Amino acid sequence: MDDTKRYERLLERYRNGDIDRRGFLGLIGAAGLAAGLVGGPMTMLARQARAATPDQVRFDGWGGVVSEAFREYAFEPYTAKTGIAVVDGTFGGADEYLARVKASQPGEFNIAHLSGVFDYARYHNLGLSTTLNEDNIPNLKLVITALMDAFRPITGGALSAAPYDYGTTGIAYNRKHVSDDEARAQGANLLVNPDFKGKIGGWGEWKTRIWYAALQTGQDPNGIEDMDAVWDKLREHRDLLLKYWNSGAELMSLLAEEEIYVTEAWSGRVKALQEQGHDIGYLDPPGGLAWQECLFVIKGSPMAACEELLNFMLEPEVAIAVAEGQNYPPALDPTKVELTDKVRALPAFDPTGTLESLNFFDPDYWNSHEGEWSKTFGRVQKGY
Amino acid sequence: MAASASPAAGFDRRPWLLLSPALASVTLLLVIPTLFIVVYSFWLRTATGAEQVGFFLDNWEEVLTDRFYRDILLQTLRIAAISTVICALVGYIPAYFIAYTPTRHKALLLLLLMLPFWVSYIIRTMSWINILGVSGAVNSALLWAGLVDEPIQMLYNEATVILGLVHFLLPFMILNIYVSLDGIDRSLTDAARSLGCTGWQAFREVTLPLSVPGLAAGSLLCFVLGAGTYITPMVLGGPTNAMFANLVFEAIVTQLNWPLGSALSLLLLALLGALVMVYSRFLGIDQIAKSFR
Repeated sequence: MDDTKRYERLLERYRNGDIDRRGFLGLIGAAGLAAGLVGGPMTMLARQARAATPDQVRFDGWGGVVSEAFREYAFEPYTAKTGIAVVDGTFGGADEYLARVKASQPGEFNIAHLSGVFDYARYHNLGLSTTLNEDNIPNLKLVITALMDAFRPITGGALSAAPYDYGTTGIAYNRKHVSDDEARAQGANLLVNPDFKGKIGGWGEWKTRIWYAALQTGQDPNGIEDMDAVWDKLREHRDLLLKYWNSGAELMSLLAEEEIYVTEAWSGRVKALQEQGHDIGYLDPPGGLAWQECLFVIKGSPMAACEELLNFMLEPEVAIAVAEGQNYPPALDPTKVELTDKVRALPAFDPTGTLESLNFFDPDYWNSHEGEWSKTFGRVQKGY
Repeated sequence: MAASASPAAGFDRRPWLLLSPALASVTLLLVIPTLFIVVYSFWLRTATGAEQVGFFLDNWEEVLTDRFYRDILLQTLRIAAISTVICALVGYIPAYFIAYTPTRHKALLLLLLMLPFWVSYIIRTMSWINILGVSGAVNSALLWAGLVDEPIQMLYNEATVILGLVHFLLPFMILNIYVSLDGIDRSLTDAARSLGCTGWQAFREVTLPLSVPGLAAGSLLCFVLGAGTYITPMVLGGPTNAMFANLVFEAIVTQLNWPLGSALSLLLLALLGALVMVYSRFLGIDQIAKSFR
């Protein structure tokens, strides 16, 4: 709680008659004394640590090409326009970032580029959500309604985040070793093809792994009935694997260096590899996984500055530039905003703006199994 | 002499005053955080990832009885032990050379030994990907020389984890052995030679036994550091090469199960702490400090 809010609460208690005048003045005096004694150095330290003062906002994203796009197309113009600096941090995964947020003081982290509805629900369940004043973000009207509708029930109808982009986690393959026809014919089973033993990669993330194992066992990932079959399939995959990768940069390196020929991969990262000249194919198999990303405002953040940044980032010019930079379609509704040809050609792009053709994690289903499945996957991953 | 310094005058506060900054630092930065971890280990993780405060033995029961943790712990100790033995074997020769070289540039050699510490441990570990990778230096050289038709898969297995650990730990071993060798009175080996020993016999009967404290100190340091690492198996290991610290990382970061992660980290701390105590009891811990003087 900042000092202003503390004083306002004190004043409210005084007005309500909860404390008498003498007590009120005494507390104000004590607070002033405390501020005088520790205020200077402590405030300076806290300001440096929290980056939460209204003149700056801390943003954390996935790093690599994604962060480069944000920096170039969003943060620098935003700072130039508003004078509000954006402190730009990165994380390797949503789990790692959540651990950091959990260990931090309120206000230390402000906006995070989170993945999927799953993380939105997880942050909310941990009491880290906020309530955005949507009137301060008029550009939300341009966003695909389905993306916002996925969030609203979790936070009681309000939003704690602005949807920003979406993409798929499909299958990437080296065209020198796997033809497009072969990839299409095998679909999700390409990831457990024994012909590629030692040349298969996999994201070491339990949800994605289980999703694909469900597809490989012929089950609906959002309603798995035979979990034993899924674990067996995960073991089969593990035994064929060269390495579980842990970040987009590692994924790109493994594919580019031809350490692996086949892996599941994020559509935008594969697009970036293709643009660099690597002959990597990409396939969204039947039942493949889609996700949406949002700009989540974390509890304790300076709301006005955060809402202003969100609105700026949803400006069509900015959102389209970022989308072209990071190779993921923007959350802007293509029926309301004129998108560029490059955006329309991005993997996973849905011209209808309904996203009905894509499959997302059911947050209730996956959250209800998170503790058990993430732990079991950790064991399977290590040879058990 | 001031009265406060006299034993007869009672308690002498000066040593405690001199020690107080160090004691305060250790208390604030080590003891109190460790106590927090101890408290955490008795809490429970709820379904949402939040903690249930209380006194529960579930985490400890799981950590101490589950075969999974025992196996990974044994694998960790094995990898750390192999890395330590390799460090001792490989590190003795350069340490001997630095200690006994007649060159005036001994300080430069020691500086070269410290050089790897100027580069981040993670960067040093990742450099092996450029050396041993499919498109790395070794494979490129083998292909260029026509010795192989296609690149050899050298990365992401236990051997590369051990290689990464040896790379990381070797300077610690060399430094400790060097300090021990440097402290040996040269006249002892001269005396052995004058009594008819060959050079090899003098080394085996005099130099080697006298350098054992340094070898042991280096081994302890390498083993403890090796057993506690998680970066190396993460970067250079395959699916089944996880070490115990990876479990701590996963419990804390991936599963957001801080209570279980606390119990795991305390178990590793207790095990390595016990090892240090045994070493201290039989060989004395001060040998390690000498190498950093």
